[in-house]
Amino acid sequence: MRMPAPIRLRELIRTIRTARTQAEEREMIQKECAAIRSSFREEDNTYRCRNVAKLLYMHMLGYPAHFGQLECLKLIASQKFTDKRIGYLGAMLLLDERQDVHLLMTNCIKNDLNHSTQYVQGLALCTLGCMGSSEMCRDLAGEVEKLLKTSNSYLRKKAALCAVHVIRKVPELMEMFLPATKNLLSEKNHGVLHTSVVLLTEMCERSPDMLSHFRKLVPQLVRILKNLIMSGYSPEHDVSGISDPFLQVRILRLLRILGKGDDDSSEAMNDILAQVATNTETSKNVGNAILYETVLTIMDIKSESGLRVLAINILGRFLLNNDKNIRYVALTSLLKTVQTDHNAVQRHRSTIVDCLKDLDVSIKRRAMELSFALVNGNNIRGMMKELLYFLDSCDPDFKADCASGIFLAAEKYAPSKRWHIDTIMRVLTTAGSYVRDDSVPNLIQLITNSVEMHAYTVQRLYKALLDDISQQPLVQVASWCIGEYGDLLVSGQCEEEEPIQVSEDEVLDVLEGLLVSNLSTPVTRGYSLTAIMKLSTRFSSLNRIKKVVSIYGSSIDVELQQRAVEYNALFKKYDHMRPALLERMPIMEKTATNGPSETVQTNGETDSTILDTKHLPSISQPASQANDLLDLLGGNDVVPIIQTTVPTKPASAGGELLDLLGDLSLTGGPTPTPASSVPMSQPPFLLDGLTSQPLFNDIAAVIPPMTAYNKNGLIIEFTFERSNPNPNIAVITIHATNSTEADMTEFVFQAAVPKTFQLQLLSPSSNVVPAFNQGSVTQVIRVLNPQKQQLRMRIKLTYTHKGSPVQDLAEVNNFPPQSWQ
Amino acid sequence: MRFMLLFSRQGKLRLQKWYTATAERDKKKMVRELMQVVLARKPKMCSFLEWRDLKIVYKRYASLYFCCAVEEQDNELITLEVIHRFVELLDKYFGSVCELDIIFNFEKAYFILDEFLMGGEIQDTSKKSVLKAIEQADLLQEVSLNLKHKMA
Repeated sequence: MRMPAPIRLRELIRTIRTARTQAEEREMIQKECAAIRSSFREEDNTYRCRNVAKLLYMHMLGYPAHFGQLECLKLIASQKFTDKRIGYLGAMLLLDERQDVHLLMTNCIKNDLNHSTQYVQGLALCTLGCMGSSEMCRDLAGEVEKLLKTSNSYLRKKAALCAVHVIRKVPELMEMFLPATKNLLSEKNHGVLHTSVVLLTEMCERSPDMLSHFRKLVPQLVRILKNLIMSGYSPEHDVSGISDPFLQVRILRLLRILGKGDDDSSEAMNDILAQVATNTETSKNVGNAILYETVLTIMDIKSESGLRVLAINILGRFLLNNDKNIRYVALTSLLKTVQTDHNAVQRHRSTIVDCLKDLDVSIKRRAMELSFALVNGNNIRGMMKELLYFLDSCDPDFKADCASGIFLAAEKYAPSKRWHIDTIMRVLTTAGSYVRDDSVPNLIQLITNSVEMHAYTVQRLYKALLDDISQQPLVQVASWCIGEYGDLLVSGQCEEEEPIQVSEDEVLDVLEGLLVSNLSTPVTRGYSLTAIMKLSTRFSSLNRIKKVVSIYGSSIDVELQQRAVEYNALFKKYDHMRPALLERMPIMEKTATNGPSETVQTNGETDSTILDTKHLPSISQPASQANDLLDLLGGNDVVPIIQTTVPTKPASAGGELLDLLGDLSLTGGPTPTPASSVPMSQPPFLLDGLTSQPLFNDIAAVIPPMTAYNKNGLIIEFTFERSNPNPNIAVITIHATNSTEADMTEFVFQAAVPKTFQLQLLSPSSNVVPAFNQGSVTQVIRVLNPQKQQLRMRIKLTYTHKGSPVQDLAEVNNFPPQSWQ
Repeated sequence: MRFMLLFSRQGKLRLQKWYTATAERDKKKMVRELMQVVLARKPKMCSFLEWRDLKIVYKRYASLYFCCAVEEQDNELITLEVIHRFVELLDKYFGSVCELDIIFNFEKAYFILDEFLMGGEIQDTSKKSVLKAIEQADLLQEVSLNLKHKMA
């Protein structure tokens, strides 16, 4: 008995759309799939096409369709054009280069590439050009190359794009397409021209040799572009009065690549760029698209300064455009050029600052980043006003980045210490809960170093605490300061403003209040307890302090309990040491070199010989690592690779790593939302030497060094130190030596770690690794590993050796367990 | 261009074209995520956003969102024009195209897209040329179907 004909595609679609629930739809689908399966089993040629089409529809709805894969192959092999059309579509939708079954297509495609009908050839080229695997590309590259030389422009344009795909999949095959490119640009057909330019672009981007080879095409490209602009109305290629904008944009992009770093080429294209920049109609998006590409080209090649200024001014005009898309690309481009053309961009500062008030989130973010890039000693006061206002009103997503940026800018350009402290206060009070945890030690260090402002600072912080104790970073900084400068507070010594009258008891009330409040985090409580303790040498209410300390000796919070017990011990057994231990902190120096230098264990209990009191106050955690972590302004000697909040590549090495080191995703990645910083439940390093440490000392045990890389005479050894205040941080020093007979110059070491880690790379000792092991380059890496996961790293080395550039990537997986456990 | 998606306001996928090899599971995840992100955008926002390591360019035409993922070095503004050109092609082909046309004739929408773009790049910048090729291919399809009927 003959089965009834399978229902038609449109009929099925109509039926499925009548389903009122997901369950109903699923039932219909299952029923139809069963019917289709039996039809496939019958090897029915007539209806195979219809059935596969229906399967593709169901696949789009999200249902599995893998049982149709082989059927697609059968359709492709059929002689009917209808079958082939659906078969190839099915192959593109259902087949996957990861499964070997896709290779079965190769022969069919080969035959179809030589078919007598160009539309069949087109189908084959399209499929190969969209999803061809490397194996397929290898097998069929020859056929594609043949078609690239045909006079049939319909096929030629498709062959060009197919070649692009082949090259992307199998870069080594690029050479074989070179002869066919010979007169691609002499074509009149715009389709061929466009795809040829794309092909040439791909080749030039991938191979410096090709790039030099094709530089000679610059005059021809300039001519084609000129003709496009000067030619009259051509209905076939016109878009809003502009002739073939797609081709124009592609040519501009190729010119950019060819002109980059080359004086002659850049000069040859100078005029046409100026012409396009000044003559393109800007009323519609299409004209602006061309202008945008032109600006990108001008900025990248060696253009004369007049042209560059023209480009920046175009961007400036873009900023005033009503179309937010245009404003967006303007800000993005300005961000890219702000380092190189700083002065030109400065002229548009007020427009940029206005964009802070834009409604669009992406525009606001870019405006913020650009604003930070433009802050300098001259405009700091005005800019900071705008940025603080922005901080008040912006989305929570931005607050952390904005706060960090403000701190950085303030530190660099503060016109006075008073202004600096006021700015910090403003940030802490308005966005205090968004400030990054690691800003706290940095701020403390800043405050410590502003000696003449101590009284003013502690007073302002105290008043802020009276208002609000919910914002933890503010509370922590305030507690620390009160602990340190409480004597100035009660003695009413403030010069900068009216001194407040406050008694020792009132101060202790506030600090004790923090201890009991359920708004306070454990870290904050630690700060408060320590602050109270420190006041024992500054205040006279000793008994009250002793009482508080002894109460917390039985606190459930282990951290707090330990502190209290140790402080108790200080009162009892080591009272003679107490004044020295708790004395005023000296000015802390910012060092840009290695991490924690003196990491002295400070156990109140056990070995009193460890307590070298002279050292304790100088456990200066170089705050450079804290504040440079968020180097939005770039250009520091520290190279941060953490939480890049700049989605576009920043000027530092961090940005380049994002695309070079592949799937070992970098911490923080390029997403704009700042990752909530790793909760550092350990108190920050910077503190008073009484940070609690485990009573046992064995963390100081030595971690064995390891060889991370050994190739071509370059050996890189890793040595380890544990960062003691925070055992989640491993400090690795790399030592690079060179046993060959020539120096390795321009040596750059880069590293990336998996997502759960954070990494910071400090400055290298130099960038020349001398020959014959005559010396070494050292550099410090700090890795934060809060989840105690196995440490893995991917490193990239670039250097010049005997005149040639060398580049290598390597995985480092042999870390000793002690370095990350 | 890495991929192009067409989806409705209700989050129903109408077309998906991937120009890089991606696992089925990953495709589904990305589509779900991206649809969520784009559908959450307010009308006043610009047509570009950053998502993962890609730039997303999207535009709404009536009830359909056209969404493209492009690379860092791609020109977002011209991508808007590419989207617009595709819509124009659909419009010319179907005669005042609406979402239903694309639902019921999805395979034709794919055919048009595949005649317009390959590997994410434009094959021909002439609207006329692309439409003519589709027309001819459709004719060829007719012919092959008629032949079949003659033989049956």
